[in-house]
Amino acid sequence: MAQLTYREAVAAAIAQEMERDETVAFIGEDVAKAGGVFKATVGLFDKFGPKRVIDTPISEQAILGAAMGAAMTGMRPIAEIMFSDFLAVCWDFVANEMSKSRYMSDGQLKCPLVVRTGNGGGSRFGAQHSQSIENWAMAIPGIKVVAPSTPADVKGLLAASIRDNDPVIFFEHKSLYAIKGEVPDGEHVDTLGTAKVVREGKDATIIALALMVPRAVAAADKLMQEHGIDVEVVDLRTLVPLDMKTISKSVSKTGRLFTVEENPRLCGWGAEIVSIVVDELFWDLDGPAVRITTPHIPLPAADNLEDIAIPSVDRIYNKILDVLK
Amino acid sequence: MAKKQTLKNDDINEKKRLELYNTQYLIRFAEQRAYDLFLENLVKGTSHLSLGQEAIASGFANAMQKNDKSFCTYRGHAHTLARGASVVGVLGELMQRDCGLMRGKGGSMHLTDTSKGVMGSYAIIGAHLPMAVGSAWRAQYLGHDDVATVFFGDGTTNIGAFHEALNYAVVYKLPVVFVCENNNYMEYTPIESITAVKNPAADRASAYGLESIIIDGNNADEVYRTAQKAYAKARAGEGPSLIECKTYRLSGHSRADPGSYRPKGELEHWKKNNDPITRYRERLIEFGIKQNVIDDIENNVKELVDQATEEAKNSPVPPEDILTTNVYANGGWAWRN
Ligand SMILES: Cc1ncc(C[n+]2csc(CCOP(=O)(O)OP(=O)(O)O)c2C)c(N)n1
Ligand SMILES: [Mg+2]
Repeated sequence: MAQLTYREAVAAAIAQEMERDETVAFIGEDVAKAGGVFKATVGLFDKFGPKRVIDTPISEQAILGAAMGAAMTGMRPIAEIMFSDFLAVCWDFVANEMSKSRYMSDGQLKCPLVVRTGNGGGSRFGAQHSQSIENWAMAIPGIKVVAPSTPADVKGLLAASIRDNDPVIFFEHKSLYAIKGEVPDGEHVDTLGTAKVVREGKDATIIALALMVPRAVAAADKLMQEHGIDVEVVDLRTLVPLDMKTISKSVSKTGRLFTVEENPRLCGWGAEIVSIVVDELFWDLDGPAVRITTPHIPLPAADNLEDIAIPSVDRIYNKILDVLK
Repeated sequence: MAKKQTLKNDDINEKKRLELYNTQYLIRFAEQRAYDLFLENLVKGTSHLSLGQEAIASGFANAMQKNDKSFCTYRGHAHTLARGASVVGVLGELMQRDCGLMRGKGGSMHLTDTSKGVMGSYAIIGAHLPMAVGSAWRAQYLGHDDVATVFFGDGTTNIGAFHEALNYAVVYKLPVVFVCENNNYMEYTPIESITAVKNPAADRASAYGLESIIIDGNNADEVYRTAQKAYAKARAGEGPSLIECKTYRLSGHSRADPGSYRPKGELEHWKKNNDPITRYRERLIEFGIKQNVIDDIENNVKELVDQATEEAKNSPVPPEDILTTNVYANGGWAWRN
């Protein structure tokens, strides 16, 4: 196994798939010669050249529209939208076009493409460069939604997304790009729609995503050390398709559900999970299901304010302690 | 042979010239200070400096009247300062202190000072062009005499909002001035490698029935004169202008950028031969302005920025309770009872 950073895993996955399939090509702003503003695609241009790794103008509608047109006619493009916030300027292609063409054409059209994007807070970039918008994507029928928390998952799930026959929005967390982890050698392809129990426990379940996963695990460790409370942590990994089997199994075992979400509270992904759990597993619950989220506010730039806005290890720890006591 | 221009026969008087220099020097010195503060780890998050592009901000702001409106990008410190926003407010915002223009809630990319006509700085490329059009619509609708100016980069000319805003403004003959600061780069990518035309703004003007205007953006006088003309036209009800200013940024795109994509020698060339501050200082001397007058301006600016730096350093971080203020018009954030 090799140690890769989260950002290196992005490039590794794209390289793996480009080597395998010549219909895979990659477009985006500053992604080729400069290797991306987050340096997540360094080396791809040198390896695959300007035909397959392409610097585009600042034209997000054209980027997603072109990716879609190419996908409909036989390619498997990867398009980068630098910060997920910018998806709002080309949302038509997500909300009305790539998500609906298969349905509207009754299966004649397909859009096997991946939109990679830097998501999430922690960089002190302020309200237009820090959002977690995975819940926007989750709300659109026809789109698959992936948000990995480890380098291995980045590689495996990005490869799976590229091979998938539906449009996938692949959320990379900006605050995770620097983390390192073991990534399996050789070809590595994971399965979309599978959550992972990353910490076993019996007293409560935390469902978390992306940057919230390591924070949930740290909070769980602290709860164990200081109070003997044994919390299970499930890394959701993909929002659509949603692995309710893994979630249900854990919640039925522990009887308590907490979600830890970076998206602002209203209509965050946890709301859907809580709703399903209440619907299907009500009698397995030993107490209320609790969502720990960023409040319903735009994100501030100042570090001290951003730190209290986004769920922290301490906030997760305190909330769970409070509820379980 | 044309008669040599002197202070006496020139259309820009001495007072204006000194103001044009003062604004440029203030921006230069404050931006350098912002960079130093970043190296000291006192500026958090990101920041985009206008080093090398000062003449544009100065030329336009000095041609504006008080009630005119400015719409800026994330590269907006220069335009905010040029309109007279407090230096403490700007540096404090970059340092995310309570004394910042927006108390640390917006940060470097979103400088706003409505009291000075700075209607915000926007970090989603293109978004503020239609907003400036809307401000101009309001002026026309309510019979106000202010003009909206929107500053943006060369890279911005490739997003749809640029084209929609231009067409819209022309159709309704709105008092808005579109200012493209062509610094040759869209972040790290040379603009000519991803744009269909050589002059990204000016070559598109004809598509909207506008005059193609290209100026030396590193010459504050030329910028100032061009701005005056555009404002006169707008205020006369004759509609928008699109002005492409050729310039070059002497710093990285943002604080994280070492600029390794620049061809060798390019930066040095611009620094040596086409620094707007150096050029303007020489011009002042040429026009017979005494060295001690220039020195005074520079010393005053230094003092002002030094004081502001100290004040900002001593300002506390924003109090936690403002996290949830001003989400809605009632001042709060409540979305349920
Ligand atoms: C819609 C959108 N796409 C991409 C970006 C990322 N981005 C920020 S600045 C920039 C380059 C802008 O270049 P230009 O318009 O020339 O302005 P400059 O930075 O040179 O002043 C890009 C691509 C963004 N902020 N918004
Ligand atoms: Mg530029």
